Amino acid sequence: MRITQGTFSYLPDLTDGEISAQLGYALGRGWAVAVEFTDDPHPRNVLWEMWGLPMFGLADPEGAMQEVLACRAQYPGHYVRVSAYDASLGRQTTALSFIAGRPAAEPGFRLDRQETTDRRLRYSLHPYAADRPREERYAENSEQNGTQGG
Amino acid sequence: MAQVQQQEAQRWSAGVIPYAQMGYYAPDYAPAGTDLLAAFRITPQPGVPPEEAGAAVAGESSTATWTVVWTDRLTAYDHYQAKCYRVEEVPGREGEYLAYIAYDIDLFEEGSIPNLTSSIIGNVFGFKALKALRLEDMRIPLHYTKTFQGPPHGIVMEREYLNKYGRPLLGATTKPKLGLSARNYGRVVYEALRGGLDFTKDDENINSQPFMRWRDRFLFTMEAVNRAAERTGEIKGHYLNVTAATMEDMYERADFAASLGSVIVMVDLTVGYTALHSMARWARCNGVLLHLHRAGHSTYTRQKAHGVSFRVLAKWCRLIGVDHIHAGTVVGKLEGDPASVRGYYDTLREARVPASPGNGIYFDQDWGSMPGTMPVASGGIHAGQMHQLLHYLGEDVVLQFGGGTIGHPLGIAAGATANRVATEAMIKARNEGRDFLTEGADILRDAARRCQPLQVALDTWGEVAFNYEPTDTPDAVVTPTA
Repeated sequence: MRITQGTFSYLPDLTDGEISAQLGYALGRGWAVAVEFTDDPHPRNVLWEMWGLPMFGLADPEGAMQEVLACRAQYPGHYVRVSAYDASLGRQTTALSFIAGRPAAEPGFRLDRQETTDRRLRYSLHPYAADRPREERYAENSEQNGTQGG
Repeated sequence: MAQVQQQEAQRWSAGVIPYAQMGYYAPDYAPAGTDLLAAFRITPQPGVPPEEAGAAVAGESSTATWTVVWTDRLTAYDHYQAKCYRVEEVPGREGEYLAYIAYDIDLFEEGSIPNLTSSIIGNVFGFKALKALRLEDMRIPLHYTKTFQGPPHGIVMEREYLNKYGRPLLGATTKPKLGLSARNYGRVVYEALRGGLDFTKDDENINSQPFMRWRDRFLFTMEAVNRAAERTGEIKGHYLNVTAATMEDMYERADFAASLGSVIVMVDLTVGYTALHSMARWARCNGVLLHLHRAGHSTYTRQKAHGVSFRVLAKWCRLIGVDHIHAGTVVGKLEGDPASVRGYYDTLREARVPASPGNGIYFDQDWGSMPGTMPVASGGIHAGQMHQLLHYLGEDVVLQFGGGTIGHPLGIAAGATANRVATEAMIKARNEGRDFLTEGADILRDAARRCQPLQVALDTWGEVAFNYEPTDTPDAVVTPTA
């Protein structure tokens, strides 16, 4: 499957040049760019691991792009996302967030149904990757290493 | 001194005297920062001077009755009297005037739109001395705004809850509006959500009819929502319409929706302001988004000379507290010229809205820290208009393609994918600095090269447009019709 979280997941994977253009847009609006990665793509897992701190005060998209590339190189089998944060009063939230790296094979989710009373069901979304210990979730060092862009 | 005493005596002698002389016309009055201000479009009957008509509106919407009453003198009446402080002709509209009226904040119960509207649009709209009356805009002082709950979650929290940023949200209303069984209904919802939409929606008149009872619809719909989440790894939602005849029924349905894990429920405007206040409180208590369908509003918002402008209704609904409200599409099948719609969207989304006659905004409005309500654009829009939709409506909006999803020749999921790809392609192009409004058709064509559903959507609807002269437009500008 293909997880379609993020602003651009229905488009072909962004090239490095296209990622850089989006970084330029975000920085141009005064937003702080952050790089994050995870091995648990559950849609309610909002706390992806931070690749360093958000890059407050950065103006050059190339600097941010280097961090995206470095994160992807270290975690080729993880999901990597770029988020841009708008700290202005009244917003103070993420303004743009898109996937900039994903594992070559995405096992996806299992939908668990628990029958309860009165025909009601309790639903639970279970990422298959989460069945394995953290370090074995995606084949980081195998032939299947995910790469994206270029 | 003697003259003043004589005037004072005349003011209180029994009988009928003009409203203006009773103190409801006060051209020297400087409105206080705590006053609630209203701009009325008045059309006086022949022979009624506009100042007297304005004073009459001020009187009838505050303390006055048709005759002098001595019991006014038991009160600090000049505090409670509304004051018409300005009357001006409407340019190019003979016989119509704008009357600006100030109301002291003490006239209104805290946090109650039913109370506010019973005053401001209570008896006065049937007043015989006026041929027509329209409430154009209202300045709600921040002091009064602070007494309202406001949106249960607001735009920022909604996006954080859904984990979706940087693009318009996408939805579709399940069609046909009436007649589907619950199981078939679930099929439509599943296909639309797995294809790429974020939301699907009950229509306003889907409540609990013989062909599909509400409980069955909720069960099948939530199966569809969860299946679509599994297929995409995204949070999905369906606006479960809980509109019903009693609050007890609405709470029962809303509680059931929450127990099934629905992220959102909806109500129709037809439930009334009190019920909306109750549902706003319920939605905040239960962590469920609240969608409002403005069913029925055009009966009083559309005509230029009589009724209540939608911009006022939008203000009331933001104060009451809804997370979504339908607010026009500009390019779709329903009423709304670009300038007026811009005014509505600003009113719903921004923290501070400056007066802007071109957009129909008569007063500066300060919302303080009240969250924004997400406007919803629904009715006759399709993927081929994406550049115009983004230009006119911006990013914090739900674009709802009902026919434009479900009517897709390759199926519902393909229709949803076409809409999603068009949205993402347009946002990407905008962020890359392209002139997306001018180059919109090219951007869509390029995206369609790698997305057959989008190509088919463009081939099917690319030329469809609804270019009719709008009925309700601001007076300050020439209205574009295309």
